[in-house]
Amino acid sequence: MNIDIQAEAITPRRQTFSHIARRFGTDKAASRYEEATYDVQPVANFHYRPTWDPERELFDPRRTAIEMADWYAFRDPRQFYYATYNISRAAMQQSFDDAVNFVDKRGLVGSVDADWRAMFAAYLLPLRHVEWAANMNCQLIADWGYGTQITSAAAFCGTDRLGIAQIISRIGLVLGEGSDEQLLAAKTQWLDAPEWQPMRRLVEDLLVVRDWFELFVAQLVVLDGYVYPLVTQAFDRAGAAHNGSPLSMMTGFLGDWFADNSRWTDAVLKAAAGESEANRQTLGDWFDRWDERARAAVQPVADMVLGDRGASAVAEIGAQLQDRVAGLGAIAEREKAA
Amino acid sequence: MAARKLNLKQKYGHFTRGLDWEPSYQSKDDIFPFAKYEGIKVHDWDAWEDPFKLTMDAYWKFQAEKERKLYAVIDSMAQNNGQLGITDARYLNAVKLFIQGVTPLEYQAHRHFAHLARHLPGAGLRVAAQMQSIDELRHCQTQIHTISHYNKFFDGIHDFTHMHDRLWYLSVPKSFFDDATTAGPFEFLTAISFAFEYVLTNLLFVPFMSGAAYNGDMATVTFGFSAQSDESRHMTLGLEAVRFLLEQDEANVPIVQGWIDKWFWRGYRLLTLVAMMMDYMLPKKVMSWAEAWETYYEQAGGALFADLARYGIREPKYADVAKAEKGHITHQAWTIFYNYTHAAAVHTWDVDDQHLAWLREKYPETFAQYYEQRYLNWRDQANQGKRFYNNGLPQLCQVCQVPMAFTEVDDPTTISFRVSEFGGDKYHTCSDGCKDIFDHEPEKYSQAWLPVHQIFQGNCGGATVPEVLDWYHINQGADNMDYAGSPEEAQWEKWMEGRRPAAPMAAAAE
Amino acid sequence: MTQPVSITLQNSQDGFAIAEAIMADNPGAERRSMPAMTKIDRPGRLEIKAASVSERLGRDWDPQEIHLSVISLSGSVDEDDDYFAVYWR
Repeated sequence: MNIDIQAEAITPRRQTFSHIARRFGTDKAASRYEEATYDVQPVANFHYRPTWDPERELFDPRRTAIEMADWYAFRDPRQFYYATYNISRAAMQQSFDDAVNFVDKRGLVGSVDADWRAMFAAYLLPLRHVEWAANMNCQLIADWGYGTQITSAAAFCGTDRLGIAQIISRIGLVLGEGSDEQLLAAKTQWLDAPEWQPMRRLVEDLLVVRDWFELFVAQLVVLDGYVYPLVTQAFDRAGAAHNGSPLSMMTGFLGDWFADNSRWTDAVLKAAAGESEANRQTLGDWFDRWDERARAAVQPVADMVLGDRGASAVAEIGAQLQDRVAGLGAIAEREKAA
Repeated sequence: MAARKLNLKQKYGHFTRGLDWEPSYQSKDDIFPFAKYEGIKVHDWDAWEDPFKLTMDAYWKFQAEKERKLYAVIDSMAQNNGQLGITDARYLNAVKLFIQGVTPLEYQAHRHFAHLARHLPGAGLRVAAQMQSIDELRHCQTQIHTISHYNKFFDGIHDFTHMHDRLWYLSVPKSFFDDATTAGPFEFLTAISFAFEYVLTNLLFVPFMSGAAYNGDMATVTFGFSAQSDESRHMTLGLEAVRFLLEQDEANVPIVQGWIDKWFWRGYRLLTLVAMMMDYMLPKKVMSWAEAWETYYEQAGGALFADLARYGIREPKYADVAKAEKGHITHQAWTIFYNYTHAAAVHTWDVDDQHLAWLREKYPETFAQYYEQRYLNWRDQANQGKRFYNNGLPQLCQVCQVPMAFTEVDDPTTISFRVSEFGGDKYHTCSDGCKDIFDHEPEKYSQAWLPVHQIFQGNCGGATVPEVLDWYHINQGADNMDYAGSPEEAQWEKWMEGRRPAAPMAAAAE
Repeated sequence: MTQPVSITLQNSQDGFAIAEAIMADNPGAERRSMPAMTKIDRPGRLEIKAASVSERLGRDWDPQEIHLSVISLSGSVDEDDDYFAVYWR
């Protein structure tokens, strides 16, 4: 009896929120990602002008040269909202913890050639500072970006960078057998060593870029597009000849993360490029400017690790990056260097 | 090789402050352009240490665990039609106020803590701020997901972000947060982290979450408990950040005191809506607003300001006014909403005898004397089929934007009304507290987008009420008007028929 | 400083164990049961010892796990590898 009555009476009067139904053109069920992102950011009737930027509104599409008819074209293919983001990263972190415990408990770091251990520390540990600045750049995108979709994903990317900086730091503690001597040495390298100054200069220059989409391109597409493939592929492979696999094991998070994050950055880039010729022009200009800087920044580090093979490694990664970005429509197809 | 094993505090230093460095290719002032313009002096950013020492690995792990548990409850509530378990459909008007008024503020907090996470020069504070930034996104998104189920059955929820940016009573929370985010980073820290998330937080949490518990809204209760563990980190940031500013330089003390005065008052006025909700919208009441103010401000605030006295900080200005008004403001607010419920996305209703008795008991010095009769008069009118709706538009306070229905502290029969002049125009405020705020920064508060002014200026869809309601996206006859006769009431009665005990069966023949 | 500090915990399995540990290790602490939560007050300082909680739970408990059980607290926070404390300076 009760079941019949409930089945009759408990009929939903609507399926989703009105702002989402307007986007769909009809009232139908929406996903959690859609409900959590569409139109949540305010767009109108702000009460006061920011004292820190009186020429603009609190949320203002004019803080970038990129123009979009609909800022909700930046759908994240991973469909991260807070819950799914944290669950994803908790799982990835567990893999890292397991790998470090495995390596640490068995004292496997000691079985790696001493020279390679030193080289690994020399190229990896200073990157924790690069990640720290990447974190700050992501916060700028989350702060000044437009629309919940891209800004929430940027906020997640920001905490990812902090997590990676901390993962690299933990690896540094393992290399230092629990002491911080490797971390301190790496910081000195970061501040003073000639191989690192082009990178540090680039990183500091990025910290004064004000167009948040330019920062997206420069940091998340270009600089990451050099650093991550170099570290997780070219440098990592070089370690194989030196019994480097225990160290490789500990850096699994970085490769997995870059693949995951690239799904998002590529979707955003494709949507921005696909919008207009004007956007493509802007994106192309930014790409060229920062590609040149990024190459110059990674070259001395690649030379340090790979010696003679450093130049070709960077050139190869640069070509792959160009192909990838051209494939997304963000730059014109380029002539490949002979 | 003796390895010096690091403890939690030492490791934490490397995982946060140790990641940062003194730039040399760009100046710090260029990297952090907003750090000095408020006049706050900081000499040593490293002196701020996050007491919670949370690294991202632990953050992801614990937050994932909390989310798994919370979404299990949200899913269960949806699957089992948990809304059938609430005390009465009138309760949903508290939920509507929440999603219309509070959820968008969580979003603003998310964005602006990202601003702090980028623009505060101290590495430790940047880490705490970015965790808070995504915590606030968590609150926003879990609230949307929880309330999504209610949206399927109840009114007033369906277009909450559109309404937040336009409706007359929602400009109270919107302007509150716009005020904080348009200010500099240190004022924002004092306004939100300290005044809102530490001093006044229980006056938002207890009414809504306990109100949910008392009225059978298990999903909201679960959300509340889950969010509160994030709030303890936020509260700590607020308290420790303010202490840090006060310790860094004596010159900061009067600036911070001015902000504490301003934001205590703006926060208190914002809470008018919450106060009304707890005295009027909860079928089963938790406590009165007067009791809540006594417990969560007058008593708890004592310990806090005693602690801050060592820095030369005193209790906020006009705390005495808030205390003196606590017997009045909820009735004045309900009056406003009763008058204008045809233009609001929440219902109001005539107060029944049981509720009147409760109000008399909780407000022995004010209710029967000043407010009960008007409710009886309105009830009579409604019973004659002439339910009163006010066809004029209220004057709003230029600062807090609450309609001007508050009365003088020493005379509850006189509307409290203050005037300031700026740029050849007159501006009206509801109290000394709001007037002080206006007079301190008139060029800022004269910019406000006052909903009633905007209607008169023709910016809200037209010159008639139905046109304005359309522009608000109010479903007329469903989102607005008295609860009595609403589609929601009809739906509720129909559901309850299936659940109330049936008439007793006739005794079986022996 | 004898102003009271307090901590409010969820009435979960972990929350119960933490509350028991606090009462055992902090003489003068007062405990109040409320719907779905437990509030503990103490003048000046209260400390949660990881070893105490671990013993009651039958597993290693990390002070950072407090984030899963705390609802509210009043006072300044101090945390290290083996304890979590709330105090007024």
